[in-house]
Amino acid sequence: MTELLQFAFSGLTVGAVYALVALGFTLIYNSCDVINFAQGEFVMLGGMTTVFLGLAGVPLPLAACLAVVLTVAVGLALHRFAIEPARDSGAVVLIIITIGASIFLRGAAQVIFDKRFHTLPPFVGGEAIRVAGAAILPQSLVVLAGAVIILVLLCAFIERTLIGKAMVATAANEIAARLVGIDTRGVVGLSFAISAAIGAVAGILITPVALTSYDVGTLLALKGFAAAMLGGIGSAVGAVVGGLVLGLLEAYAAGYVSSQYKDAVAFLVILIVLLAMPRGLFGRAPVERV
Amino acid sequence: MRGLLNHRLFPALAMSAVVVLLPLVFPSAYYYRVAALVFVFALAAVGLNLLMGFAGQVSLGHAGFMGIGAYAVAIGPTHLNLPSWLAFVGGAGLSALVAFAVGRPILRLKGHYLAVATLGFGLLLAIAFSNEARFTGGPDGMAVPRLAVFGLSVRGAQAWYWITAASFLIGAVLSLNLIESPTGRALRAIHDSEVAARVLGVDVARMKLAIFVVSAVYASVAGSYFAFLNGHITPDVSGFLRSIELVAMVVLGGLGSVAGSLVGAALLVMLPQTLTSLHDYEHMALGLIIMVVMIFLRAGIVPTLARALRRA
Repeated sequence: MTELLQFAFSGLTVGAVYALVALGFTLIYNSCDVINFAQGEFVMLGGMTTVFLGLAGVPLPLAACLAVVLTVAVGLALHRFAIEPARDSGAVVLIIITIGASIFLRGAAQVIFDKRFHTLPPFVGGEAIRVAGAAILPQSLVVLAGAVIILVLLCAFIERTLIGKAMVATAANEIAARLVGIDTRGVVGLSFAISAAIGAVAGILITPVALTSYDVGTLLALKGFAAAMLGGIGSAVGAVVGGLVLGLLEAYAAGYVSSQYKDAVAFLVILIVLLAMPRGLFGRAPVERV
Repeated sequence: MRGLLNHRLFPALAMSAVVVLLPLVFPSAYYYRVAALVFVFALAAVGLNLLMGFAGQVSLGHAGFMGIGAYAVAIGPTHLNLPSWLAFVGGAGLSALVAFAVGRPILRLKGHYLAVATLGFGLLLAIAFSNEARFTGGPDGMAVPRLAVFGLSVRGAQAWYWITAASFLIGAVLSLNLIESPTGRALRAIHDSEVAARVLGVDVARMKLAIFVVSAVYASVAGSYFAFLNGHITPDVSGFLRSIELVAMVVLGGLGSVAGSLVGAALLVMLPQTLTSLHDYEHMALGLIIMVVMIFLRAGIVPTLARALRRA
């Protein structure tokens, strides 16, 4: 029982980060049908920028804010200079562009920062908290709380504000949204900005628990993509559930099966779920026009 | 002239000319080696192009089949005492079997779901290769014995240049013929609309599976050559990045263009070799080039240039 709980804690912590990455995928996918493989690079930029600004003597809270601002700028630039010019080309072409962007950002990080592993001091110090024999670090609680806050803010923004409603409208039908006077280009840009911000915050939150380096983005993008597909692409609830399930799967596979095969177990389960439910856990049934 | 340019096998003829003429300008053995690598990846890309460019199905796990081919020629002779040519053929057969077994359920998925399923498949193989150290040497990889046919062992970059070039050309001609056959037309129909293809009497599931198996065999053969050429393999051969690289070759060169696969492979194999002079800026340059090519030559390099030529 203690073991079960212990694995759940570590799984949920990692899963929260996967969920945030998957949420970034979902936001951009909904606004313009692009799978943005540079999403993992946003997470890396958030963590690495905070670390290096901190090393340069900037107080950490300020460094974190600056890191988010910088990542948002990168996200906007990605949209403006790479996605927007190729707007009307096929899905595969756009995916290759985002992969090119991710290689570029990784390369830039390796030049501007360095190739070593880095960490940040935990936001809240103190001993590990004991729950029924299992230990959980205060920083893990910060990660989970951060994920919940982001989710609540995002839902409130989308459902309660006019801009949020414009995003929903664009996701539902871009041409119809443009006809009622919504600036759909601006909405797409905004979704890149929000995705970048979410990625950066995830990167800052997780760095004290798991180390960061210039190349953490690839694996996170891969896991985030898998989580988004597990939940059913386009569904925000699906992205969060998919991320948490993936994190838990990995933790239990590492604990009870073998740590070397934890990714294998996770992907095996994803394959099985997709074969049973070809649209993911929360995906909508497809309507194909012929 | 126009008739020749539009002939079905014109790309094959042009590529043969390139293969024969290239050695005239090669100053050293190093160039033969790089060219052989280009042909190896071009072969895998031609196979993947059949799946992506004609049948319209994405695979983010094709390097998995390269891995099966590569490890077949490493494990076969080392652990099972098989002659290396038999391991080579066996690897291709095994890839076809695996593709047949996996393809049946996976190919029912569509679009991004198919992408994540194939990605998972490739990842599973890469994980198995790096963890079954008893057979594969683990993450450090293992040595690959030389290819020997009838007691003669193949050595030297020049020999490999001709072998890989010939294999690539055979693969290219086969795929050009396949595209123009009734099967090829059925595949293109699936690409345009699965429902319409089914209405016309195309057995969509069977066609997709057949082309998946064919493209897996292409990848496996390329993987075996890659292993022979390097003399050493690591699990990276079937990694996620390798799969992405294959997809990028196909798309950069041009979806549905056989000559495009050669150009895409040449670009992505040679760029890192030439960019090493940029040292740390290598990856930045690579990413930038991929983005710029895709933004300005959306249909891919070869189809865009061909259209421009025809207009001129």
